Amino acid sequence: MFTEKEKKELEKELSHYDYKRAACIEALKIVQRNRGWVSDDSILDIAEFLEMTPDELDGVATFYNLIFRRQVGSHVILICDSISCWVMRYEDILGYLQERLGIRPGETTADGKFTLLPVPCLGACDGAPAIMVDETLYINVNRALLDDILCACDRRQP
Amino acid sequence: MAKMATIYIDNKPYTVKEGDNLLHACLSLGFDIPYFCWHPAMHSVGACRQCAVKQFKDENDTLGRIVMSCMTPAVEGTRISIDDEEVRAFRKSIIEFLMTNHPHDCPVCDEGGECHLQDMTVMTGHSYRRFRFKKRTYRNQYLGPFVNHEMNRCIQCYRCVRFYRDYAGGRDFGAFASHHHVYFGRHKEGALENEFSGNLVEICPTGVFTDKTFKRHYTRKWDLQTAPSVCVHCGLGCNTIPGERYGLLRRIQNRYNGAVNGYFLCDRGRFGYEFVNAERRIRQPLMKRSSLPVPREEVMQHLSRLIYFGARVIGIGSPRASLEGNFALRSLVGEDHFYTGVSAMDARLLEKIIMVLAKGPARSSSLAEAGAADAVFVLGEDVTNSAPLLALSLRQSVRLKPMEIDKRLHIPEWDDSAVRNAAQQEKRPLFVATPYRTKLEEVSTQAYHAAPDDLARLGFAVAHELDNRSPAVKGLPKKLHTLAEGIARVLSQAEHPLIVSGTGCGSEAVLESAANVAWALCRKNRSADLCFAVPECNSLGLALMGEGSVSDAFKAVHDGAVDTAIILENDLYLRAETEDVNSFFDKVRNVIVIDHSVTGTASKADVVVPAAAFAEGDGTLVNNEGRAQRFYQVFVPDRDIEESWRWLRDIMAASGRPGLKHWTGLDDIVQAMSNSIKAFKNIAESNVPAGYRITGQHIPRQPHRYSGRTAMHANISVVEPKPPEDKDSPLSFSMEGFSGQPPAGLIPRFWAPGWNSVQALNKFQSEVGGPLTGGDPGQRLFEPVQESTVSYFDEVPGAFSPRENELLLVRVYHIFGSEELSAMSPCIAESAPGPYIGLKPEDAELFQVSEGRDVRISINDKEYSLPVKYLPELPSGVGVLPAGLRGLEGLELPAWGRINNQAKG
Ligand code: SF4
Ligand code: SF4
Ligand code: FES
Ligand code: FES
Repeated sequence: MFTEKEKKELEKELSHYDYKRAACIEALKIVQRNRGWVSDDSILDIAEFLEMTPDELDGVATFYNLIFRRQVGSHVILICDSISCWVMRYEDILGYLQERLGIRPGETTADGKFTLLPVPCLGACDGAPAIMVDETLYINVNRALLDDILCACDRRQP
Repeated sequence: MAKMATIYIDNKPYTVKEGDNLLHACLSLGFDIPYFCWHPAMHSVGACRQCAVKQFKDENDTLGRIVMSCMTPAVEGTRISIDDEEVRAFRKSIIEFLMTNHPHDCPVCDEGGECHLQDMTVMTGHSYRRFRFKKRTYRNQYLGPFVNHEMNRCIQCYRCVRFYRDYAGGRDFGAFASHHHVYFGRHKEGALENEFSGNLVEICPTGVFTDKTFKRHYTRKWDLQTAPSVCVHCGLGCNTIPGERYGLLRRIQNRYNGAVNGYFLCDRGRFGYEFVNAERRIRQPLMKRSSLPVPREEVMQHLSRLIYFGARVIGIGSPRASLEGNFALRSLVGEDHFYTGVSAMDARLLEKIIMVLAKGPARSSSLAEAGAADAVFVLGEDVTNSAPLLALSLRQSVRLKPMEIDKRLHIPEWDDSAVRNAAQQEKRPLFVATPYRTKLEEVSTQAYHAAPDDLARLGFAVAHELDNRSPAVKGLPKKLHTLAEGIARVLSQAEHPLIVSGTGCGSEAVLESAANVAWALCRKNRSADLCFAVPECNSLGLALMGEGSVSDAFKAVHDGAVDTAIILENDLYLRAETEDVNSFFDKVRNVIVIDHSVTGTASKADVVVPAAAFAEGDGTLVNNEGRAQRFYQVFVPDRDIEESWRWLRDIMAASGRPGLKHWTGLDDIVQAMSNSIKAFKNIAESNVPAGYRITGQHIPRQPHRYSGRTAMHANISVVEPKPPEDKDSPLSFSMEGFSGQPPAGLIPRFWAPGWNSVQALNKFQSEVGGPLTGGDPGQRLFEPVQESTVSYFDEVPGAFSPRENELLLVRVYHIFGSEELSAMSPCIAESAPGPYIGLKPEDAELFQVSEGRDVRISINDKEYSLPVKYLPELPSGVGVLPAGLRGLEGLELPAWGRINNQAKG
């Protein structure tokens, strides 16, 4: 079931397209924005809403790495492991993050606060190594900056 | 004529069709280029990168560039190299890359030995595995009783989704995730819903999708004995290749016929074969007075006494038996005592169809032609369930051709994803008018649901719009008139309009109105085709042979003129109401049944004679198009089992009846048939006689690698038996013989050196995707009468009016369950629906019943109780009953039924 807010956003999105299914990526993003991730139940709801089969919709949903089909933490940390960041030794900050959070890439902390995911290039090569936390991009990342970021996240906890 | 172009392949000139993609052109020329994602029926997407060749600007270009042959058009002067060292290395590296995640489990893979991936790997020369890392693994899914899933073997060619979704219209299957972990399957485990899912087995170039029924009695392709055959599970006559070993029929594969089924079969046709192996098979002669099987000699003696010269014997034929079986019976009992064995209603409908096709100006279309129609009107037939492959053809007919999309786009026809992208949701017209909602409506322009009489009225109205000499429909509501106008307009603008109808809703008026529409179009100089779905594999052939229905046979018995009835491969309980059949059996002194499986009828017989099932004998079937097709014996069955016509011939001889037939082989009886029945005059024209040899050799049913020949019967005798003789065809039950390509109708399997999979088929076609070399097999028995003066049918039925407390009951068809033979196969039986009566929810409310509750309904004074299923789109006053439903099979529908649920209870 969609919330009223989601429903409004979805309806608005639909108005841009000739065919309902054309809105499927936006619909997935709307639900993810509102709930943090897209559950199996959400897939069924969205599919019904767009007159798609769950098979059709989930094919799209699972295609995109950043549509989360599993529950993620309150904060998602994307760490770039592509070429420029590799040259700039991203492993250091990855190691530090793993140590501080006690998780490996692809995992979520036991308290549900953080999920750590690798991405291939954040488009910020000039500021490598780069990470993105939720919607915010950080460049020239070092341990000190990471401490600040994690601290800020803690404070932003609901 | 297509425009031709000269292209240069490794510096030699070749003439090819201009605009074809290079892969298509090179394969058609006989070159070997490895490929995965391209499929001749689904064309190119350029996904796998396996089909690379090197293209050169001109003769001076020595560098060249690597292109995908499936995505590059052949134009005048195109220069390519297949052999170039660099491009060969490229193709080898692609396969090596595809194989990095492949489990290399050929020995335990059902695809092994007929695997396109194996063939292509060998072709590219990738023979040494360097990859030494972990491979990705998947969880497999349960996909129902037909198809097995083993995802680890996937090479991401995307053929399966492209077939399942784009070609067959399935929506419960897809590609999930991305990069190295793409997954092909269902959102959730469960049976695949599409009627054509079995084609995944042949479409998938690897062992991801394999035949689950085959798995239960698995045999490598090279150990299977095969022969060309024809599907017996509906009237379309798709061409098949059944495979046998150790006396067990093990699977059915597609046999390409460019005019009929092309590359595909439906799931009923592919998986319905197991009735041949079932417990219900009759394997020895049986007599009522003995509980044990009786030796052949004793039965013959007994039969000859029953059928002595002078005995009053009638014969009841069957639309699921070969022409030869029916003809032998007709010869034995005489034309006047032969009944076709279809229900009275089917007899009327089939007679009408033959009249329309033989006398009228409209041509009966083949399945291939149906797929190429540019406007289609379906009148009264649920083709997905009654003639499945026709539905697959019609799904292709609605696809826009690229030139219709936009001339400026210059999209070649084979560029599949570009064509689909440009067409978006736009479709060619398809109108569907049926009693209940059918699946084809998913792709229709407009649908209309009504009682049969109203469907006919719509048809008549369309015909009248097209030509006012066709009768007008009185009192047509405005809305219907507008619909009729619209349909007429679209049909008359089309170049190849097609009218589809059939026996499905049991209405002669519907057939007549369909004929009027097609004829009216023909008279407007449109090349309108007609395609009628008929119930069984030889319905049309039998109707060409004789007239009397079972009811006529019953009448003869009641008139007291019969001592003995011979019933050929027919269960009368499916043809008439139980009481009538019972009283027939009570009246006839002796009942002889010749059949392959125990049926209600066989259990009433005094003598039962074991007949060959389709894979155990030879014969001819006439499909709905009027195409006579020969099927060949695949294997030699248990000793007593023989083709019906052979039994009948021997009975005739033993009984000392006049006109003793010296038919030694099938050719003799076919000749006799063609001499004595006008409709079959040219039936033998395209047959290859049994004496035909290539360089003095037979065509072997067994592959040259067939193993265990000397050992497989060693438990019985160490002396290797002489292979059985085949009196009916140039095929032999042996691995020895001509190893090249036989004539098109005699291809026992598709295999070519280096091509072990079904895709060896490329080598058997005159052009890839075109007709088989030498022409597609089959002999059309009627052609339209060009200057036909036949007059329009002029009995327009009155509008349907619902009755109080009553429902007009029509049949609803189910691909699984509505057909007799396949329903004896366990996997089909498992997929069949339970009994139900379909009602409009508003009607149900009137009768105070609700979904799932039983409704009591009297039809012809007999009461039945059936659970209700809501079908919101039914017209009011109409209910549906599943065809083939146990206990209701013999009911003649449409019929009125009275609802007895009045008082709530
Ligand atoms: S499952 Fe088969 S057909 Fe589908 S992508 Fe994989 S290899 Fe190709
Ligand atoms: S469409 Fe008919 S003839 Fe073709 S495979 Fe299916 S049942 Fe057999
Ligand atoms: S490589 Fe890391 S941001 Fe581009
Ligand atoms: S066959 Fe050409 S790219 Fe796959």
